[in-house]
Amino acid sequence: MQQKTVIAVNRFGLGARPGDLKTADRNPAAWLLEQLQGPSRVPDDIRPLDHSSKVLVEVQELRRQERQMSRAAGDAPSENFVRTYGRTARSHYVGQISARYRTAAASDYPFHERLVHFWSNHFAVSADKQPLPTIAGLFENEAIRPNVTGKFADLLIAVEQHPAMILFLDNQRSAGPESTLVRRASRRRNNRNFGLNENLAREILELHTLGVDGGYTQDDVTTFAKVITGWSIGGENYAGRFAEGEPGTFEFRENIHEPGTQTVLGKRYPQSGVEQGEAVLRDLAVHPSTARFLATKLARHFVADEPPAGLVDELASTYLESGGDLSAVYTALVNSDEPWQAMHSKYKTPHDFVISTFRAFDHVPDNARFVVGALDLMAQTPFRPGSPEGWPDTAAQWGGADGLYKRIEWCNTVARVVGSRARPVELGDAVLGPAFSAKTRQAIARAESGTQALTLLLASPEFQRR
Amino acid sequence: MVTRREILRSAGAGALASMLPGVVFANADTESRFVLVILRGAADGLAIAAPYGDPAYRKVRGELALPPPGNAGGLLKLDSLFGLHPSLPGMYEEFRKERAVIAHAVASPYRERSHFDGQDVLENGASDVGLLRDGWLNRALTPLGGSLGHETAIAMGVNTPLVLRGENSVTSWAPSQLPDAEQSTIRRLQDLYADDEFFARRLAQAVNSQAIAGENAGEEARRGRNRANEQVRSTMAATARFLTAEGGPRIAVLEAGGWDTHANQGTTTGALANRLAGLDAGLVALREGLGSTWSNTVVAVVTEFGRTVHVNGTRGTDHGTAAAAILVGGAVNGGRVLADWPGLGKSDLYDGRDLKPTLDMRSLFKGVLADHLRISDTLLERSVFPDSGSAPHQRDLVRA
Repeated sequence: MQQKTVIAVNRFGLGARPGDLKTADRNPAAWLLEQLQGPSRVPDDIRPLDHSSKVLVEVQELRRQERQMSRAAGDAPSENFVRTYGRTARSHYVGQISARYRTAAASDYPFHERLVHFWSNHFAVSADKQPLPTIAGLFENEAIRPNVTGKFADLLIAVEQHPAMILFLDNQRSAGPESTLVRRASRRRNNRNFGLNENLAREILELHTLGVDGGYTQDDVTTFAKVITGWSIGGENYAGRFAEGEPGTFEFRENIHEPGTQTVLGKRYPQSGVEQGEAVLRDLAVHPSTARFLATKLARHFVADEPPAGLVDELASTYLESGGDLSAVYTALVNSDEPWQAMHSKYKTPHDFVISTFRAFDHVPDNARFVVGALDLMAQTPFRPGSPEGWPDTAAQWGGADGLYKRIEWCNTVARVVGSRARPVELGDAVLGPAFSAKTRQAIARAESGTQALTLLLASPEFQRR
Repeated sequence: MVTRREILRSAGAGALASMLPGVVFANADTESRFVLVILRGAADGLAIAAPYGDPAYRKVRGELALPPPGNAGGLLKLDSLFGLHPSLPGMYEEFRKERAVIAHAVASPYRERSHFDGQDVLENGASDVGLLRDGWLNRALTPLGGSLGHETAIAMGVNTPLVLRGENSVTSWAPSQLPDAEQSTIRRLQDLYADDEFFARRLAQAVNSQAIAGENAGEEARRGRNRANEQVRSTMAATARFLTAEGGPRIAVLEAGGWDTHANQGTTTGALANRLAGLDAGLVALREGLGSTWSNTVVAVVTEFGRTVHVNGTRGTDHGTAAAAILVGGAVNGGRVLADWPGLGKSDLYDGRDLKPTLDMRSLFKGVLADHLRISDTLLERSVFPDSGSAPHQRDLVRA
């Protein structure tokens, strides 16, 4: 069996299920490239999920009832409301996580699925902030999943216009100083509730496109923030008093949009309305800094923590030449030499580790709380990176001693559950192939129990890397 | 009897020492220790240290007003204006020994009312949300040294909080919710990892941490799973063990939730009093665990913002602005309330509803970092708290 097969299945994919290595060994590169179109229909576990607009309306309705119940001034939710809201939020959150990890465990398109997770982390929202727990998983399925193999510009626009991103980075009420509403309010000296919010604009430039050293200034941030004023959400709760628009969906609000031509990164944008922001995003998507930033992140994810400079150059130029065509970049990556030089060049994140464990046992988790518990224990709670920067992607940032110890404890717990039903040596051959070291094989053979043997397999260096 | 932890510890320490030749351990006992406790959810400063002497206090606080000192369940008198919440007797004892400073009307530069963004600013040390991606305490570690396996700072939790995230390597420890792996399995993994430095080093370090945290640390936390106060206490006790371990960390960060008291906040008893009692018991456990090291210790207890002055319709308080912060520890120059009191009259309030901030939280942090951990003012101004010229280094917080 080729080394390339192990790399394709375990590093580009989500980890081998028994049989996967054999299938991919015929032509590992082709096995990957064939997956790029993704499944022909939405995965079975994801299809039944509610649309985010429906969930947001439900949340909004809960809040409305609460306001009616509480006659007193202030924004105090009653205990009953907190309980009902918490139950609703939890059931959405857990349901979406269940769908995500079941899909990952069962997918026949693991490379495509990894790309979904990669971009979902690039465009991170965090469920620390309400009401994100109710829609973070839906954001991944609605804005990211359909766009991971197309043009980056389309992915970018879908993301920045999704209510999850708008709410996470506070753009729903961001109002231009010269917008109709602010001018009217300041005549009445009542403009406290509306002002420019730069969060979304700053993160688009710093984290989503150009990168922190991508060559923009604070003025660009402020001007770009004005460009995307009015990018909001329909329904009354998300932008104060106005109620227009389809509740829970993207809504462009002309009355808080800053009118007039704006200059971002030295280019004038005379467009009006939502087109102005879309034009800026389309230009950002094909900016050389964006090409380099994305190429670096992809190479780091698929090759090594210190990505080879030559490969980054190559991917960045493919990106620019193709006008930001993501499939062209993935193809260049798969067809380059660098990813295939060495096995085990990446330390699995807890997320990778948990998914690859499920896949090794060919097990589709039926209890999402177990998944959340495992990832919580290993400090990667799903959809809760805590910051718009997303989860880190290097061993140095994940390789804490406590993290390793928690991982070992989890391996031990899984091994106790699986017990003697698995045959560890055969399993090692099936999911690690030539990566299965003689040393681990020997340690397993000498283990004092089936549980211990399985723990040693899962906690072995070769299974913890990809 | 030799416990399994001790066996593992010696194995781990041996492996660690062989990989880190020539590491010189600092003399742990004379070095300053710093513990940052973050109360997540916006703890009510007007309940922690109530301004019972403010003429407007009883009226604006209504049913949430605490009885004045000398009454049953009354405040613990700090001075003629302020009283400490009666659920904080341990803290009060330190105050009377002049080892606690209560700072009031304190706020970070953040002026909105989102927990998430407020915590971001509290921890990144910048003047606004999202301006810095790492934490001020991590940036302050640069001159303090430390290396992999001998980190200067520890996060007492599964996740490293933003305040400790950044370039400098920090360690973390959290009680596990899972049963321990068997001793022989850990031993066999140590063998299996012997040729792989990445894993070997980390497992050695983890085994050491397990030994420091103690045999029953995981179990304690499991028992206390649904009892937030027990968790605070056991985490504080574990913190003391880390801070007194040879070659262990000098700085620890703890987090405690449950302060977002929108409804039924309570007064002398109730939800908030219960959380405060847990915090107080935790501080006592920390003090006892630290022993003589307590005299070199500063503990800072802070929260992202305060709560509304007025009581809301559900006998609670909503998100506000300025709050109280507490510095306690043997190294604190205490026994006083540090406040430029803005007052609670209608025209005194921020936005007509909140306690007005008169002290920048960064001034307190700067004072502790400079005078206790000996971080230079240059570094503080340049990288730890950039753009903080308006928040000068607060002097005399630490004993000379």
